[in-house]
Amino acid sequence: MCGIAGVIHTENRHAPPSAELLHAMIGAIRYRGPDEFGLYRDHHAGLAHARLSIIDLSGGQQPMCNEDGSLWIVFNGEIFNYIELRKELQSLGHRFRTQSDTEVIIHAYEAWGNDCFLKFNGQWAFALWDAKERKLVLSRDRIGVRPLFVRQAHGKVWFASEVKAIFSDPEVSRSMDPRGLDQTFTYWASLSPVSVFHGIEEIPPGSVRVYDSTGVYREWLYWRPSYADPREPYPLSIADATEVLRDKLMHATELRMLRADVPVGSYLSGGLDSSLVAWMGGQAKKGRFQTFSLRFDDAEFDETSFQKLMASQLDSSHHDILVSRSDIARVFPEVVWHTERPILRTAPAPLYLLSQEVRRFGIKAVLTGEGADEMLAGYDLFRESKIRQFWSHQPESKIRPRLFERLYPYLGRSPNQAKGMALQFWKQGLEKARLPGFSHGPRWSTTSSIKRFFSGDIRQNMSTNPAPDVLASLPEEFAVWDPLGQAQYLEVVTLLSGYLISSQGDRMLMAHSVEGRFPFLDSDVMEFCNGLPADYKLRILDEKHILKRVAHGVIPEQIVRRQKQPYRAPDAISFVGPDAPEYVHEMLSENALKESGLFDSAAVLKFHQKCLSKGKEATASAEFSNSDNMALVGILSAQLVHHLFIKGTRPSSKDRIVFTTAIDRVSNYQQHAVQEHRL
Amino acid sequence: MKITREEIGLKVMSFIKENFIFTGQEINPEESLLGSGTIDSTGILEVISFLEQTFGVQFEDKELVAENFDSVAKIQSFMFHKLAGEGD
Repeated sequence: MCGIAGVIHTENRHAPPSAELLHAMIGAIRYRGPDEFGLYRDHHAGLAHARLSIIDLSGGQQPMCNEDGSLWIVFNGEIFNYIELRKELQSLGHRFRTQSDTEVIIHAYEAWGNDCFLKFNGQWAFALWDAKERKLVLSRDRIGVRPLFVRQAHGKVWFASEVKAIFSDPEVSRSMDPRGLDQTFTYWASLSPVSVFHGIEEIPPGSVRVYDSTGVYREWLYWRPSYADPREPYPLSIADATEVLRDKLMHATELRMLRADVPVGSYLSGGLDSSLVAWMGGQAKKGRFQTFSLRFDDAEFDETSFQKLMASQLDSSHHDILVSRSDIARVFPEVVWHTERPILRTAPAPLYLLSQEVRRFGIKAVLTGEGADEMLAGYDLFRESKIRQFWSHQPESKIRPRLFERLYPYLGRSPNQAKGMALQFWKQGLEKARLPGFSHGPRWSTTSSIKRFFSGDIRQNMSTNPAPDVLASLPEEFAVWDPLGQAQYLEVVTLLSGYLISSQGDRMLMAHSVEGRFPFLDSDVMEFCNGLPADYKLRILDEKHILKRVAHGVIPEQIVRRQKQPYRAPDAISFVGPDAPEYVHEMLSENALKESGLFDSAAVLKFHQKCLSKGKEATASAEFSNSDNMALVGILSAQLVHHLFIKGTRPSSKDRIVFTTAIDRVSNYQQHAVQEHRL
Repeated sequence: MKITREEIGLKVMSFIKENFIFTGQEINPEESLLGSGTIDSTGILEVISFLEQTFGVQFEDKELVAENFDSVAKIQSFMFHKLAGEGD
């Protein structure tokens, strides 16, 4: 796991990419791979790599090339089935110099061309430079576990794992893109290729983009999620499907636990998904391993008792950290430095602290349960949507909405006010039950309400240059999927790819040089889950039904049966207490608001005042409304994004980078191993 | 002195604008506060508590349904009748 960066020149007037620029670019993201650095440079391209050594520690240096030196790669991620692919390629006559998965990509591309991507089971972002054809191939894994951004201007194409590496070139202009902000304050993330920065594109998950020597590119999706057609009979009984899922998940976990030349640990949240993954990891490892958990000062978010129960069953070497509101406020600017986009929840912050702890114990890779809720319908949104769907058949029914009491037993005990209001919320858009987006309507409309804080300039730009709508680019077959499949698709392409595995995943882990490995996002597991009939996943209102069957008998029953607790952290309340850090006031001051120009400063000042007075009496995070929580965290993080990336000085690496692999075809200077590249 | 329907409407409108809109933007009195995303279900509780304090009333459980609170016009009408009823 690593960081990549580089630039290609598509006009001949440019001098070759400089080593200084490659140094600056990779230096800006050195935390992604502090073990080794490498660069490749010719007259038209420069590639840089920061390596977190996990597989083939001695032979996997990058940039790496094919046998005749015409193809060069920088790669971030893992191809978990590289051993099987290597054998297949060897039988086709390919010879390998290393034991690395990186080399497998190069040969796979030579052997299978554009069909190679579907052969990879893994998590990747890579850039492949064809020096003969002067062609750049950029690709990301199916679901977007590993990030990749690109900027094209002035006859050049820059690319990197993170935007800050691209911004380290003074030639690249920096400004916010109102379309990316519009999407973020609707879907919780910008939708690739749009980003929150003008001119910066995110390579979409599951896609390939190929630039030719003149800078014209072709892009296509080699994969996108696809769900079962309910009219087709499904061949497996639920009992048989449970066995198949168990085997596939076990295999996916084994690959991720064992295909590493360093020890792999596991996260334990206290929920079903990470418990099962950790248990399977333990089965694969056949020995002790390390587990890590987050605990909260705030009882409403804490799951300590379940974590301890599972850790003791696993007999793991267990570590945890206790996170408070002030910890969250303290690290939040660093968190935003890594997310590189506004966020509506503070939930990434504790994960930032957790990866720090993981690294302190010398662990470079962890398994997590990420993806189970999307693949097997774990979220409340799916259950709410099912009830709303059912309610929509008789919108005047007083009985049908009572099903919400089964979902949220507290509603049955609540005073009418809470129940009535909650029902009114779910009743939104009931008449649109047959239209795409029905499942997500209430979430998107609640989130969109924060846009009223945008400045006139931003709103004007949004109306003249509207952001692409996720519903405008649905796959053709969307209409034949079951409503659950439709909702899962929308959840995957918005929240999972754009927020959970990036802002809450890759970025928080890589900030401390830790690689996340996600068995539920294994390509084989995803395909199998997506093909399951809806009622194997959501049985009446029982979420992740089939996964509970898999877990039955191996995970403590209290964990299998417990009410699902979504992972959350204290939001607005972290920033409004008497000891709120000074930067919060600075970022929300009239000056800072006017300087960024993103928000209506008078409105934000009043809103901040409201939050501060609420903060004086509030004792629990839940006393802030969902809208206020999202608005405060969203506005504060957007202000920080502006402060850090637009107004701030360009990222630069204070520490000298020592390139242990350097192939310089411009100054005919070539070295492998220990010679330093001095700048 | 008896408070008029208009006065109730003005007070409610101004509270909602000051505490939920912040931008000075006008709101349509007929528009659903929950449906438009102006106020969420926790936010409505803030409105109810404001009404109790400002008008010195208390609500029974059966009155606390979305039909009475989901727009400025609904709140205005509901409060007018409630205050009139209590004044009798």
